[in-house]
Amino acid sequence: MVEMRRPTENDAKPNMAALLVAVGARRDVDAFELLFRHFAPRVKAYMARLAGDSQAAEELMQETMIAVWNKADRFDPAKGAASTWIFTIARNLRVDAFRRDKRPEFDPNDPAFVPDDVAPADEIFEAQEVSVQLHQAMATLPDEQVALLKLAFFEDHTHSFIATSLNMPLGTVKSRLRLAFVKLRAALDRNGDVS
Amino acid sequence: MTIRHHLSDDLLVSYAAGSLAEGWSLAVATHLALCPACRKRLALAEGIGGELLEATEVSPETDSSWEAMRRRIAQSPPRPVETPRGAPVARRYDGLPEPLRSYVGGDIETLRWRSLGRGASQIRIQTADTETQVRLLRIPAGKPVPEHSHGGRELTLVLSGSFADGKDLFARGDIEDADASLTHTPTATPGEDCICLAVTDAPLRFRSWFVRAIQPILGI
Ligand SMILES: [Zn+2]
Repeated sequence: MVEMRRPTENDAKPNMAALLVAVGARRDVDAFELLFRHFAPRVKAYMARLAGDSQAAEELMQETMIAVWNKADRFDPAKGAASTWIFTIARNLRVDAFRRDKRPEFDPNDPAFVPDDVAPADEIFEAQEVSVQLHQAMATLPDEQVALLKLAFFEDHTHSFIATSLNMPLGTVKSRLRLAFVKLRAALDRNGDVS
Repeated sequence: MTIRHHLSDDLLVSYAAGSLAEGWSLAVATHLALCPACRKRLALAEGIGGELLEATEVSPETDSSWEAMRRRIAQSPPRPVETPRGAPVARRYDGLPEPLRSYVGGDIETLRWRSLGRGASQIRIQTADTETQVRLLRIPAGKPVPEHSHGGRELTLVLSGSFADGKDLFARGDIEDADASLTHTPTATPGEDCICLAVTDAPLRFRSWFVRAIQPILGI
């Protein structure tokens, strides 16, 4: 079992987004080593939730990090934090490895796709602001909500399964998750528009 | 197009976490293709995943692990040249969006509908999960959605035309999220057939071999 700590404002955060951009633009090995030393153990812990503390978790971590290396030029700092982008890569590999069914995704190049109507000029600034605010807002959530978010994000469990294992009505699980989500969204809304 | 009926938080969180079954995910992803507002909420949900990853307490990665990775990237072939994406195809296309179009294998004009009686028809959509049943429904203008007694959750995403349910109107992109406690009678708006994606909890498995045998015939 891997312990998690609450994000705090004291965390010294090297600029992971800038490192990722350097890997994407120049295949910068030094930047990648810093990223690897930071994210690899976290990704491995994420994989170990389903793979157990095994070689399989190590292999899935290596698959994730090689994908980070190969696709880094597609990382767009205007869309969000480096940790978010790496989380989505790890999540997709974990779905492929452990689930029978697929996780269908929309295609932004599909002619029927309805694009955002946001002025691109503000996006990089906005995305960085949002990730700092999200980090701060997470630290203000009550423990029970953080614990529930961890269950929802890190174990491959449906909300009904979580409810059964916590001996809680499904409605309570849903409403607590919803409360956490609404609270985070409200924290971001106060400081700019994320509706 | 103004979407009024959006994804619930629990669907978004499960989809962002990667724990939502394929059938529900298909409705979620197809709504996301049509709804910039929910894509923004998805970004927040994925941001929570990123923060939780960031906050994981770990011991530092071993040097042997990094050495293995370093050897691997030294051997990795040069990055393939990205094929230029080009300008996006003309927008405001109102057919079936991806990922749904690939699941049904074509667009609205080319579909092979199976009659459900009383003018309504359906197409079954295959997924690899065992918890959902997924179909495309075509409801004739002015008619109610047929065989509408479900025992669990039901997501209905409108793709063409519209339907009314009580006071609420659902048009392209709108999603209705109904549970067993809701008695409702969605009815296609007069003037145009309504095409929608319907995802429901998989039907209960009946114990009797006889009922099991006629289940496919009844389409329940
Ligand atoms: Zn929406």
